[in-house]
Amino acid sequence: MAFIPHTEDDIQAMLAAIGAPDIDSLFDEIPQQLRNAALTQMPPPATEMAVLRLMRERAERDGSYLSFIGAGAYEHHIPAAVWQIAARGEFYSAYTPYQAEASQGTLQTLYEYQTMMASLTGLAVSNASLYDGASALAEAVLMAVRLHKRARRVLLPQTLHPVWRRVVKTIVRNQGIELVTVPYDPQTGHTAFAALPAGEFAALVVPQPNFFGVLEAVDELTDWAHQRDMLVIAAPNPTALALLRPPAAWGRSGADIAAGEGQPLGVPLAGGGPYLGFMTCREAHVRQMPGRIVGRTVDSAGQPGYTLTLQAREQHIRRSKATSNICTNQGLAATAATIYMALLGPAGLAQVARASHANALQLRDALTGIGGVAAPFSGSIFHEFVIQVQTPVAPVLQALQAQGILGGCSLVNDYKELGQALLVCATETKTAADIERYAENMARIIGRRFRPAPCAIKPA
Amino acid sequence: MSTPDDLKYTASHEWVRRETDGTITIGITQHAQEMLGDVVFIDNPAPGRKLKQGEECGVIESVKAAADIYAPVSGEIIAANTELSDAPEKVNQDPYAAWMFRLKPDNPAEIDALLDAAAYQKVAAAEKA
Repeated sequence: MAFIPHTEDDIQAMLAAIGAPDIDSLFDEIPQQLRNAALTQMPPPATEMAVLRLMRERAERDGSYLSFIGAGAYEHHIPAAVWQIAARGEFYSAYTPYQAEASQGTLQTLYEYQTMMASLTGLAVSNASLYDGASALAEAVLMAVRLHKRARRVLLPQTLHPVWRRVVKTIVRNQGIELVTVPYDPQTGHTAFAALPAGEFAALVVPQPNFFGVLEAVDELTDWAHQRDMLVIAAPNPTALALLRPPAAWGRSGADIAAGEGQPLGVPLAGGGPYLGFMTCREAHVRQMPGRIVGRTVDSAGQPGYTLTLQAREQHIRRSKATSNICTNQGLAATAATIYMALLGPAGLAQVARASHANALQLRDALTGIGGVAAPFSGSIFHEFVIQVQTPVAPVLQALQAQGILGGCSLVNDYKELGQALLVCATETKTAADIERYAENMARIIGRRFRPAPCAIKPA
Repeated sequence: MSTPDDLKYTASHEWVRRETDGTITIGITQHAQEMLGDVVFIDNPAPGRKLKQGEECGVIESVKAAADIYAPVSGEIIAANTELSDAPEKVNQDPYAAWMFRLKPDNPAEIDALLDAAAYQKVAAAEKA
Protein backbone atom coordinates (compact mmCIF):
# COMPACT_ATOMS: atom_id res chain seq x y z
CA MET A 1 0.00 0.00 0.00
CA ALA A 2 1.39 3.35 -1.03
CA PHE A 3 1.18 6.11 1.57
CA ILE A 4 1.43 8.86 -1.04
CA PRO A 5 -1.84 10.75 -1.01
CA HIS A 6 -1.47 12.47 -4.39
CA THR A 7 -2.45 10.85 -7.67
CA GLU A 8 -0.57 11.65 -10.87
CA ASP A 9 -3.54 13.90 -11.84
CA ASP A 10 -3.29 15.78 -8.52
CA ILE A 11 0.40 16.35 -9.10
CA GLN A 12 -0.13 17.62 -12.65
CA ALA A 13 -2.90 19.96 -11.47
CA MET A 14 -0.67 21.38 -8.72
CA LEU A 15 2.27 21.85 -11.07
CA ALA A 16 0.00 23.63 -13.58
CA ALA A 17 -1.33 25.91 -10.83
CA ILE A 18 2.14 27.14 -9.90
CA GLY A 19 3.47 27.07 -13.46
CA ALA A 20 6.23 24.51 -12.94
CA PRO A 21 6.91 22.03 -15.78
CA ASP A 22 7.78 19.10 -13.52
CA ILE A 23 8.70 18.19 -9.93
CA ASP A 24 12.44 18.31 -10.64
CA SER A 25 12.17 21.99 -11.53
CA LEU A 26 11.06 22.71 -7.93
CA PHE A 27 14.63 21.88 -6.86
CA ASP A 28 16.32 24.20 -9.39
CA GLU A 29 17.86 26.38 -6.69
CA ILE A 30 19.91 23.48 -5.35
CA PRO A 31 23.24 23.50 -7.25
CA GLN A 32 23.70 20.56 -9.59
CA GLN A 33 26.81 19.26 -7.84
CA LEU A 34 24.91 18.92 -4.56
CA ARG A 35 22.14 16.78 -6.05
CA ASN A 36 21.96 13.05 -5.57
CA ALA A 37 23.32 11.37 -8.64
CA ALA A 38 22.74 7.81 -9.79
CA LEU A 39 24.83 5.35 -7.78
CA THR A 40 27.05 4.00 -10.55
CA GLN A 41 30.03 3.11 -8.35
CA MET A 42 28.21 0.73 -6.02
CA PRO A 43 30.36 -2.25 -5.07
CA PRO A 44 28.80 -5.71 -5.30
CA PRO A 45 26.79 -6.97 -2.32
CA ALA A 46 28.85 -8.20 0.64
CA THR A 47 28.11 -10.51 3.55
CA GLU A 48 27.64 -9.24 7.11
CA MET A 49 30.98 -10.79 8.04
CA ALA A 50 32.81 -9.01 5.19
CA VAL A 51 31.16 -5.65 5.91
CA LEU A 52 31.99 -5.92 9.61
CA ARG A 53 35.63 -6.63 8.80
CA LEU A 54 35.81 -3.73 6.35
CA MET A 55 34.35 -1.37 8.93
CA ARG A 56 36.71 -2.56 11.64
CA GLU A 57 39.70 -2.05 9.37
CA ARG A 58 38.55 1.46 8.51
CA ALA A 59 37.95 2.30 12.16
CA GLU A 60 41.46 1.11 13.00
CA ARG A 61 42.89 3.36 10.33
CA ASP A 62 41.56 6.35 12.32
CA GLY A 63 43.70 5.25 15.24
CA SER A 64 42.95 5.88 18.88
CA TYR A 65 44.05 9.05 20.59
CA LEU A 66 44.42 10.70 23.93
CA SER A 67 42.04 13.61 23.37
CA PHE A 68 42.26 17.06 24.91
CA ILE A 69 39.66 18.53 22.58
CA GLY A 70 36.50 19.90 24.16
CA ALA A 71 35.05 22.90 22.36
CA GLY A 72 31.42 21.99 22.95
CA ALA A 73 31.58 18.18 23.11
CA TYR A 74 33.18 16.62 26.16
CA GLU A 75 34.67 13.22 26.87
CA HIS A 76 33.44 11.93 30.21
CA HIS A 77 33.43 8.48 31.69
CA ILE A 78 30.08 6.85 30.99
CA PRO A 79 29.25 4.03 33.42
CA ALA A 80 28.68 0.80 31.48
CA ALA A 81 25.19 0.51 32.94
CA VAL A 82 24.04 3.69 31.13
CA TRP A 83 23.89 2.28 27.63
CA GLN A 84 23.23 -1.27 28.83
CA ILE A 85 19.93 0.08 30.18
CA ALA A 86 19.29 2.67 27.46
CA ALA A 87 19.72 -0.02 24.80
CA ARG A 88 17.01 -2.26 26.29
CA GLY A 89 14.25 -3.02 23.81
CA GLU A 90 11.74 -0.97 25.80
CA PHE A 91 13.78 2.20 25.23
CA TYR A 92 15.76 1.49 22.09
CA SER A 93 13.51 2.69 19.34
CA ALA A 94 14.06 4.70 16.21
CA TYR A 95 11.13 6.80 17.27
CA THR A 96 10.01 7.76 20.77
CA PRO A 97 6.57 6.40 21.44
CA TYR A 98 4.36 9.00 23.08
CA GLN A 99 1.08 7.08 23.12
CA ALA A 100 0.17 7.31 26.79
CA GLU A 101 -1.74 4.04 26.98
CA ALA A 102 1.23 2.07 25.58
CA SER A 103 4.30 4.04 26.73
CA GLN A 104 4.13 4.75 30.45
CA GLY A 105 7.76 3.67 30.96
CA THR A 106 9.16 5.96 28.27
CA LEU A 107 6.99 8.87 29.38
CA GLN A 108 7.99 8.41 33.01
CA THR A 109 11.68 8.37 32.01
CA LEU A 110 11.25 11.64 30.10
CA TYR A 111 9.37 13.10 33.07
CA GLU A 112 12.32 12.14 35.29
CA TYR A 113 14.68 13.71 32.73
CA GLN A 114 12.67 16.96 32.86
CA THR A 115 12.72 16.91 36.66
CA MET A 116 16.51 16.48 36.68
CA MET A 117 17.14 19.25 34.14
CA ALA A 118 14.78 21.57 36.01
CA SER A 119 16.60 20.92 39.28
CA LEU A 120 20.06 21.25 37.66
CA THR A 121 19.17 24.66 36.18
CA GLY A 122 16.89 25.68 39.05
CA LEU A 123 14.10 26.62 36.64
CA ALA A 124 10.54 25.40 37.05
CA VAL A 125 9.86 23.58 33.78
CA SER A 126 11.81 21.59 31.22
CA ASN A 127 10.89 20.18 27.85
CA ALA A 128 11.64 16.59 26.88
CA SER A 129 14.80 17.73 24.98
CA LEU A 130 15.58 19.22 21.58
CA TYR A 131 18.03 18.20 18.85
CA ASP A 132 21.28 19.64 20.18
CA GLY A 133 22.75 22.57 22.10
CA ALA A 134 23.11 24.90 19.13
CA SER A 135 19.55 24.48 17.85
CA ALA A 136 18.20 24.58 21.43
CA LEU A 137 19.82 27.97 21.83
CA ALA A 138 18.32 29.14 18.53
CA GLU A 139 14.90 28.03 19.80
CA ALA A 140 15.54 29.93 23.04
CA VAL A 141 16.29 33.08 21.02
CA LEU A 142 13.02 32.69 19.09
CA MET A 143 11.18 32.06 22.35
CA ALA A 144 12.64 35.18 23.97
CA VAL A 145 11.57 37.30 21.00
CA ARG A 146 8.02 35.91 21.26
CA LEU A 147 7.95 36.63 24.98
CA HIS A 148 9.36 40.14 24.69
CA LYS A 149 6.75 41.04 22.03
CA ARG A 150 8.43 44.33 21.02
CA ALA A 151 12.17 44.04 20.40
CA ARG A 152 13.49 41.73 17.70
CA ARG A 153 17.17 42.15 18.51
CA VAL A 154 19.17 39.72 20.64
CA LEU A 155 22.66 40.07 22.12
CA LEU A 156 25.02 37.16 21.46
CA PRO A 157 28.43 37.35 23.12
CA GLN A 158 31.48 36.60 21.03
CA THR A 159 32.44 34.16 23.77
CA LEU A 160 29.56 31.92 22.69
CA HIS A 161 30.58 28.84 20.68
CA PRO A 162 31.22 30.07 17.10
CA VAL A 163 29.32 27.13 15.62
CA TRP A 164 26.35 27.84 17.87
CA ARG A 165 26.42 31.47 16.74
CA ARG A 166 26.32 30.32 13.12
CA VAL A 167 23.46 27.90 13.77
CA VAL A 168 21.46 30.57 15.61
CA LYS A 169 22.04 32.96 12.72
CA THR A 170 20.92 30.38 10.15
CA ILE A 171 17.73 29.62 12.06
CA VAL A 172 16.64 33.17 12.97
CA ARG A 173 17.96 35.38 10.15
CA ASN A 174 14.91 34.98 7.93
CA GLN A 175 12.53 35.82 10.75
CA GLY A 176 13.47 39.48 10.96
CA ILE A 177 15.56 38.98 14.08
CA GLU A 178 18.83 40.86 14.40
CA LEU A 179 21.73 39.32 16.30
CA VAL A 180 24.18 41.77 17.83
CA THR A 181 27.62 40.50 18.89
CA VAL A 182 29.08 41.57 22.23
CA PRO A 183 32.91 41.50 22.28
CA TYR A 184 34.98 40.03 25.10
CA ASP A 185 37.54 41.59 27.39
CA PRO A 186 40.98 40.58 26.01
CA GLN A 187 42.44 40.51 29.53
CA THR A 188 39.93 38.27 31.29
CA GLY A 189 38.36 36.36 28.39
CA HIS A 190 34.80 37.03 29.52
CA THR A 191 32.13 39.27 28.04
CA ALA A 192 33.17 42.91 28.22
CA PHE A 193 30.84 44.97 30.35
CA ALA A 194 31.92 48.23 28.78
CA ALA A 195 30.97 46.86 25.36
CA LEU A 196 27.34 46.05 26.21
CA PRO A 197 25.33 48.28 23.88
CA ALA A 198 22.51 50.67 24.66
CA GLY A 199 19.13 50.25 22.98
CA GLU A 200 16.20 47.89 23.13
CA PHE A 201 16.91 44.16 22.97
CA ALA A 202 14.70 41.13 23.60
CA ALA A 203 17.38 39.06 25.29
CA LEU A 204 21.00 38.61 26.31
CA VAL A 205 22.59 35.16 25.92
CA VAL A 206 25.01 34.20 28.71
CA PRO A 207 27.18 31.09 28.25
CA GLN A 208 28.59 29.54 31.45
CA PRO A 209 31.43 28.74 31.16
CA ASN A 210 31.96 30.46 27.84
CA PHE A 211 33.60 28.95 24.76
CA PHE A 212 37.06 29.84 26.13
CA GLY A 213 36.28 27.83 29.27
CA VAL A 214 36.17 31.10 31.23
CA LEU A 215 33.41 31.78 33.75
CA GLU A 216 31.21 34.74 32.84
CA ALA A 217 30.15 37.36 35.40
CA VAL A 218 26.64 35.90 35.32
CA ASP A 219 25.20 37.93 38.21
CA GLU A 220 26.19 41.29 36.79
CA LEU A 221 25.14 40.32 33.26
CA THR A 222 21.74 39.08 34.45
CA ASP A 223 21.07 42.22 36.47
CA TRP A 224 22.25 44.45 33.62
CA ALA A 225 19.83 42.74 31.20
CA HIS A 226 16.86 42.70 33.56
CA GLN A 227 17.28 46.39 34.36
CA ARG A 228 16.87 46.99 30.62
CA ASP A 229 13.75 44.83 30.28
CA MET A 230 15.54 42.02 28.43
CA LEU A 231 15.22 38.31 29.03
CA VAL A 232 18.30 36.37 30.06
CA ILE A 233 19.03 33.14 28.21
CA ALA A 234 21.57 31.01 30.06
CA ALA A 235 23.66 28.58 28.01
CA PRO A 236 25.35 26.51 30.72
CA ASN A 237 27.46 23.37 30.58
CA PRO A 238 25.34 20.87 32.56
CA THR A 239 28.36 19.24 34.24
CA ALA A 240 29.56 22.64 35.46
CA LEU A 241 26.14 23.22 37.06
CA ALA A 242 26.99 20.55 39.63
CA LEU A 243 29.43 23.09 41.10
CA LEU A 244 28.19 26.50 39.94
CA ARG A 245 25.06 28.33 40.99
CA PRO A 246 22.08 27.37 38.78
CA PRO A 247 20.87 29.93 36.21
CA ALA A 248 17.71 30.51 38.24
CA ALA A 249 19.93 31.95 40.99
CA TRP A 250 21.92 34.32 38.76
CA GLY A 251 21.80 37.95 39.85
CA ARG A 252 18.85 39.35 41.73
CA SER A 253 16.14 37.74 39.60
CA GLY A 254 17.70 34.73 37.84
CA ALA A 255 17.86 33.73 34.17
CA ASP A 256 14.53 33.31 32.38
CA ILE A 257 15.45 30.48 30.02
CA ALA A 258 18.31 27.97 30.05
CA ALA A 259 19.31 26.11 26.89
CA GLY A 260 22.38 24.07 26.10
CA GLU A 261 24.07 20.86 25.12
CA GLY A 262 23.26 17.75 27.13
CA GLN A 263 25.95 15.53 25.54
CA PRO A 264 28.28 15.62 28.59
CA LEU A 265 25.57 13.72 30.50
CA GLY A 266 26.22 10.20 29.29
CA VAL A 267 26.34 10.60 25.52
CA PRO A 268 29.62 9.47 23.89
CA LEU A 269 31.59 11.67 21.51
CA ALA A 270 30.50 11.10 17.93
CA GLY A 271 31.05 13.14 14.81
CA GLY A 272 27.73 14.78 14.11
CA GLY A 273 25.93 13.35 17.14
CA PRO A 274 23.25 12.41 17.94
CA TYR A 275 23.51 14.69 20.97
CA LEU A 276 20.67 16.37 22.83
CA GLY A 277 19.62 19.93 23.47
CA PHE A 278 18.08 20.80 26.81
CA MET A 279 15.79 23.70 27.60
CA THR A 280 14.21 24.87 30.83
CA CYS A 281 12.35 28.07 31.73
CA ARG A 282 10.20 29.89 34.25
CA GLU A 283 6.72 28.47 34.68
CA ALA A 284 5.16 31.71 33.41
CA HIS A 285 6.87 31.16 30.04
CA VAL A 286 5.93 27.52 29.53
CA ARG A 287 3.39 28.25 26.77
CA GLN A 288 6.12 29.80 24.66
CA MET A 289 8.54 26.90 25.21
CA PRO A 290 9.06 24.72 22.12
CA GLY A 291 9.22 20.94 22.11
CA ARG A 292 7.38 18.20 23.88
CA ILE A 293 6.55 18.27 27.56
CA VAL A 294 5.59 15.23 29.60
CA GLY A 295 3.23 15.86 32.49
CA ARG A 296 2.21 13.77 35.48
CA THR A 297 -1.48 13.25 36.08
CA VAL A 298 -3.88 10.65 37.48
CA ASP A 299 -5.91 8.14 35.49
CA SER A 300 -9.61 7.34 35.92
CA ALA A 301 -8.75 5.04 38.84
CA GLY A 302 -6.75 7.76 40.59
CA GLN A 303 -3.39 6.12 39.80
CA PRO A 304 -0.45 8.32 38.76
CA GLY A 305 0.22 8.36 35.05
CA TYR A 306 2.24 10.27 32.49
CA THR A 307 1.19 11.92 29.27
CA LEU A 308 2.27 14.60 26.84
CA THR A 309 0.86 17.92 27.95
CA LEU A 310 0.43 21.49 26.67
CA GLN A 311 0.26 20.12 23.14
CA ALA A 312 -1.77 23.07 21.88
CA ARG A 313 1.61 24.87 21.45
CA GLU A 314 2.78 22.19 19.07
CA GLN A 315 2.84 21.81 15.34
CA HIS A 316 0.29 19.01 15.01
CA ILE A 317 -2.35 21.23 16.64
CA ARG A 318 -1.22 24.82 16.18
CA ARG A 319 0.09 24.28 12.64
CA SER A 320 2.08 27.22 11.26
CA LYS A 321 1.64 29.17 14.50
CA ALA A 322 3.29 26.50 16.64
CA THR A 323 6.07 27.58 18.99
CA SER A 324 8.53 25.57 16.88
CA ASN A 325 8.94 23.35 13.85
CA ILE A 326 10.48 20.82 16.19
CA CYS A 327 7.80 18.43 17.31
CA THR A 328 9.95 15.60 18.54
CA ASN A 329 12.83 15.11 20.96
CA GLN A 330 16.09 13.18 21.34
CA GLY A 331 14.36 10.40 23.24
CA LEU A 332 17.23 7.92 23.38
CA ALA A 333 19.94 10.45 24.26
CA ALA A 334 17.63 11.96 26.89
CA THR A 335 17.08 8.47 28.28
CA ALA A 336 20.84 7.93 28.53
CA ALA A 337 21.25 11.34 30.21
CA THR A 338 18.54 10.42 32.73
CA ILE A 339 20.23 7.11 33.59
CA TYR A 340 23.65 8.82 33.77
CA MET A 341 22.37 11.47 36.18
CA ALA A 342 20.48 8.88 38.23
CA LEU A 343 23.58 6.67 38.55
CA LEU A 344 25.91 9.54 39.50
CA GLY A 345 23.52 11.53 41.64
CA PRO A 346 24.24 15.15 42.58
CA ALA A 347 27.37 14.20 44.55
CA GLY A 348 28.74 12.05 41.72
CA LEU A 349 28.17 14.75 39.13
CA ALA A 350 29.90 17.27 41.41
CA GLN A 351 32.83 14.84 41.72
CA VAL A 352 33.09 14.64 37.91
CA ALA A 353 33.01 18.43 37.68
CA ARG A 354 35.57 18.90 40.44
CA ALA A 355 37.99 16.31 39.00
CA SER A 356 37.67 17.88 35.53
CA HIS A 357 38.33 21.34 36.95
CA ALA A 358 41.38 20.11 38.91
CA ASN A 359 42.81 18.32 35.85
CA ALA A 360 42.33 21.39 33.66
CA LEU A 361 44.16 23.59 36.18
CA GLN A 362 46.98 21.07 36.40
CA LEU A 363 47.28 20.85 32.62
CA ARG A 364 47.22 24.62 32.27
CA ASP A 365 50.05 24.96 34.80
CA ALA A 366 52.05 22.26 33.03
CA LEU A 367 51.59 23.82 29.57
CA THR A 368 52.12 27.45 30.53
CA GLY A 369 55.32 26.39 32.30
CA ILE A 370 56.77 25.70 28.85
CA GLY A 371 58.71 28.53 27.19
CA GLY A 372 56.74 29.83 24.22
CA VAL A 373 53.32 28.85 25.67
CA ALA A 374 51.14 31.41 27.45
CA ALA A 375 47.56 31.65 28.75
CA PRO A 376 46.10 34.93 27.45
CA PHE A 377 43.10 35.15 29.84
CA SER A 378 43.08 35.80 33.57
CA GLY A 379 39.44 34.77 34.14
CA SER A 380 38.59 31.69 36.22
CA ILE A 381 38.03 28.54 34.20
CA PHE A 382 35.97 25.37 34.49
CA HIS A 383 37.58 22.50 32.58
CA GLU A 384 38.87 24.20 29.46
CA PHE A 385 41.29 27.05 28.70
CA VAL A 386 43.03 28.94 25.91
CA ILE A 387 46.77 28.87 25.31
CA GLN A 388 48.81 30.84 22.80
CA VAL A 389 51.92 29.33 21.24
CA GLN A 390 54.83 31.20 19.68
CA THR A 391 54.75 29.07 16.55
CA PRO A 392 51.94 28.19 14.11
CA VAL A 393 49.23 26.06 15.75
CA ALA A 394 48.54 23.69 12.87
CA PRO A 395 51.98 22.00 12.75
CA VAL A 396 52.02 21.79 16.56
CA LEU A 397 48.70 19.92 16.53
CA GLN A 398 49.98 17.72 13.72
CA ALA A 399 53.14 16.85 15.64
CA LEU A 400 51.10 16.06 18.76
CA GLN A 401 48.79 13.86 16.71
CA ALA A 402 51.77 11.92 15.45
CA GLN A 403 52.43 11.13 19.12
CA GLY A 404 48.85 9.93 19.63
CA ILE A 405 47.64 13.14 21.25
CA LEU A 406 44.80 15.39 20.10
CA GLY A 407 46.08 18.61 21.59
CA GLY A 408 43.00 20.82 21.37
CA CYS A 409 40.84 22.89 19.08
CA SER A 410 42.58 25.54 16.98
CA LEU A 411 41.08 29.03 17.39
CA VAL A 412 43.02 30.44 14.45
CA ASN A 413 40.03 30.69 12.12
CA ASP A 414 37.34 31.83 14.56
CA TYR A 415 39.40 34.17 16.75
CA LYS A 416 42.12 35.61 14.50
CA GLU A 417 42.87 38.36 17.02
CA LEU A 418 44.19 35.73 19.44
CA GLY A 419 46.94 34.75 17.01
CA GLN A 420 48.20 31.17 17.28
CA ALA A 421 45.70 30.10 19.92
CA LEU A 422 44.43 26.72 21.00
CA LEU A 423 41.48 25.67 23.18
CA VAL A 424 42.46 22.79 25.47
CA CYS A 425 40.23 20.66 27.71
CA ALA A 426 40.89 18.10 30.42
CA THR A 427 38.03 16.15 32.00
CA GLU A 428 38.06 13.57 34.78
CA THR A 429 39.08 10.98 32.17
CA LYS A 430 42.68 12.26 32.14
CA THR A 431 45.27 10.91 34.56
CA ALA A 432 48.34 12.68 35.92
CA ALA A 433 50.40 10.54 33.51
CA ASP A 434 48.25 11.71 30.55
CA ILE A 435 48.77 15.33 31.52
CA GLU A 436 52.50 14.78 31.89
CA ARG A 437 52.64 13.04 28.52
CA TYR A 438 50.90 15.97 26.82
CA ALA A 439 53.16 18.55 28.52
CA GLU A 440 56.35 16.62 27.70
CA ASN A 441 55.45 16.30 24.03
CA MET A 442 54.38 19.93 23.86
CA ALA A 443 57.67 21.07 25.43
CA ARG A 444 59.66 19.01 22.94
CA ILE A 445 57.63 20.17 19.91
CA ILE A 446 57.60 23.83 20.89
CA GLY A 447 61.27 23.71 21.99
CA ARG A 448 62.23 22.43 18.53
CA ARG A 449 60.43 25.26 16.75
CA PHE A 450 60.61 28.09 19.21
CA ARG A 451 63.90 29.70 20.17
CA PRO A 452 63.74 32.80 22.38
CA ALA A 453 65.31 35.88 20.78
CA PRO A 454 69.08 35.69 21.23
CA CYS A 455 70.50 37.83 23.96
CA ALA A 456 72.00 41.02 22.55
CA ILE A 457 74.96 40.88 24.88
CA LYS A 458 77.29 38.10 23.89
CA PRO A 459 79.28 36.43 26.67
CA ALA A 460 82.85 37.58 26.63
CA MET B 1 -27.87 28.44 20.15
CA SER B 2 -27.51 31.50 22.33
CA THR B 3 -26.81 34.66 20.35
CA PRO B 4 -27.93 37.79 22.22
CA ASP B 5 -29.61 40.36 19.97
CA ASP B 6 -27.96 43.38 21.61
CA LEU B 7 -24.45 42.34 20.55
CA LYS B 8 -22.50 42.60 17.31
CA TYR B 9 -20.47 39.67 15.96
CA THR B 10 -17.56 38.77 13.68
CA ALA B 11 -17.23 35.83 11.33
CA SER B 12 -14.20 34.80 13.45
CA HIS B 13 -16.59 34.25 16.40
CA GLU B 14 -15.97 37.26 18.60
CA TRP B 15 -18.88 39.13 20.17
CA VAL B 16 -18.75 42.92 20.57
CA ARG B 17 -20.73 45.00 23.07
CA ARG B 18 -20.95 48.80 22.87
CA GLU B 19 -20.47 50.50 26.22
CA THR B 20 -22.01 53.85 27.11
CA ASP B 21 -18.59 55.56 27.14
CA GLY B 22 -17.97 54.71 23.49
CA THR B 23 -15.61 51.80 24.17
CA ILE B 24 -16.38 48.21 23.24
CA THR B 25 -16.05 44.92 25.11
CA ILE B 26 -15.02 41.75 23.30
CA GLY B 27 -15.40 38.05 24.05
CA ILE B 28 -15.94 34.81 22.18
CA THR B 29 -19.35 33.41 21.30
CA GLN B 30 -21.26 30.47 22.69
CA HIS B 31 -20.70 28.67 19.38
CA ALA B 32 -16.91 29.27 19.57
CA GLN B 33 -16.71 28.02 23.16
CA GLU B 34 -18.68 24.90 22.22
CA MET B 35 -16.34 24.19 19.30
CA LEU B 36 -13.21 24.71 21.41
CA GLY B 37 -14.21 22.61 24.39
CA ASP B 38 -12.70 23.14 27.85
CA VAL B 39 -10.68 26.35 27.77
CA VAL B 40 -7.41 26.05 29.72
CA PHE B 41 -5.51 29.23 28.92
CA ILE B 42 -6.08 32.72 27.58
CA ASP B 43 -3.39 35.01 26.26
CA ASN B 44 -4.92 38.49 26.14
CA PRO B 45 -3.42 41.56 24.43
CA ALA B 46 -1.64 44.06 26.66
CA PRO B 47 -3.45 47.36 27.41
CA GLY B 48 -2.03 50.21 25.35
CA ARG B 49 -1.55 48.05 22.28
CA LYS B 50 -2.94 49.55 19.07
CA LEU B 51 -4.64 47.13 16.73
CA LYS B 52 -5.90 47.14 13.17
CA GLN B 53 -9.21 45.52 12.32
CA GLY B 54 -8.70 41.78 11.86
CA GLU B 55 -5.28 41.75 13.50
CA GLU B 56 -4.39 38.72 15.64
CA CYS B 57 -4.19 39.88 19.22
CA GLY B 58 -4.60 36.88 21.48
CA VAL B 59 -4.79 33.14 21.82
CA ILE B 60 -7.41 30.98 23.44
CA GLU B 61 -6.27 27.48 24.23
CA SER B 62 -8.51 24.54 25.01
CA VAL B 63 -7.76 20.92 25.79
CA LYS B 64 -7.98 20.10 22.10
CA ALA B 65 -7.04 23.22 20.15
CA ALA B 66 -5.62 26.70 20.23
CA ALA B 67 -7.38 29.49 18.35
CA ASP B 68 -6.43 33.06 17.60
CA ILE B 69 -8.50 36.01 18.70
CA TYR B 70 -8.78 38.89 16.24
CA ALA B 71 -9.47 42.56 16.77
CA PRO B 72 -13.05 43.07 15.52
CA VAL B 73 -12.35 46.73 14.75
CA SER B 74 -9.29 49.01 14.81
CA GLY B 75 -8.46 50.70 18.08
CA GLU B 76 -6.46 50.68 21.28
CA ILE B 77 -6.68 48.07 24.03
CA ILE B 78 -7.77 49.76 27.26
CA ALA B 79 -8.27 46.71 29.50
CA ALA B 80 -7.81 42.94 29.55
CA ASN B 81 -9.81 40.62 31.80
CA THR B 82 -7.11 39.34 34.15
CA GLU B 83 -9.67 37.19 35.99
CA LEU B 84 -9.50 34.75 33.09
CA SER B 85 -5.82 33.95 33.69
CA ASP B 86 -6.77 32.10 36.87
CA ALA B 87 -10.21 30.96 35.79
CA PRO B 88 -10.26 30.37 32.01
CA GLU B 89 -13.20 27.96 32.49
CA LYS B 90 -15.46 31.01 32.91
CA VAL B 91 -15.40 31.28 29.11
CA ASN B 92 -17.15 27.90 28.95
CA GLN B 93 -19.54 28.66 31.79
CA ASP B 94 -20.83 31.95 30.41
CA PRO B 95 -19.05 33.23 27.30
CA TYR B 96 -21.06 36.48 27.22
CA ALA B 97 -20.11 37.39 30.80
CA ALA B 98 -16.48 36.27 30.50
CA TRP B 99 -15.27 39.21 28.43
CA MET B 100 -11.68 39.12 27.21
CA PHE B 101 -10.64 42.70 26.52
CA ARG B 102 -11.95 46.26 26.05
CA LEU B 103 -11.01 48.43 23.13
CA LYS B 104 -11.35 52.11 22.29
CA PRO B 105 -12.37 52.07 18.62
CA ASP B 106 -10.72 54.39 16.09
CA ASN B 107 -13.75 54.46 13.84
CA PRO B 108 -17.19 53.65 15.30
CA ALA B 109 -18.53 53.04 11.79
CA GLU B 110 -16.54 49.80 11.75
CA ILE B 111 -18.75 48.54 14.59
CA ASP B 112 -21.94 49.24 12.64
CA ALA B 113 -20.59 47.12 9.79
CA LEU B 114 -20.14 44.02 11.99
CA LEU B 115 -22.62 41.14 11.83
CA ASP B 116 -25.88 41.29 13.75
CA ALA B 117 -27.18 38.29 15.70
CA ALA B 118 -29.19 36.87 12.79
CA ALA B 119 -26.29 37.14 10.33
CA TYR B 120 -23.88 35.56 12.82
CA GLN B 121 -26.29 32.69 13.47
CA LYS B 122 -26.16 31.90 9.76
CA VAL B 123 -22.34 31.86 9.83
CA ALA B 124 -22.29 29.57 12.84
CA ALA B 125 -25.00 27.29 11.44
CA ALA B 126 -23.10 26.95 8.17
CA GLU B 127 -20.01 25.82 10.12
CA LYS B 128 -21.96 23.25 12.06
CA ALA B 129 -23.54 21.79 8.93
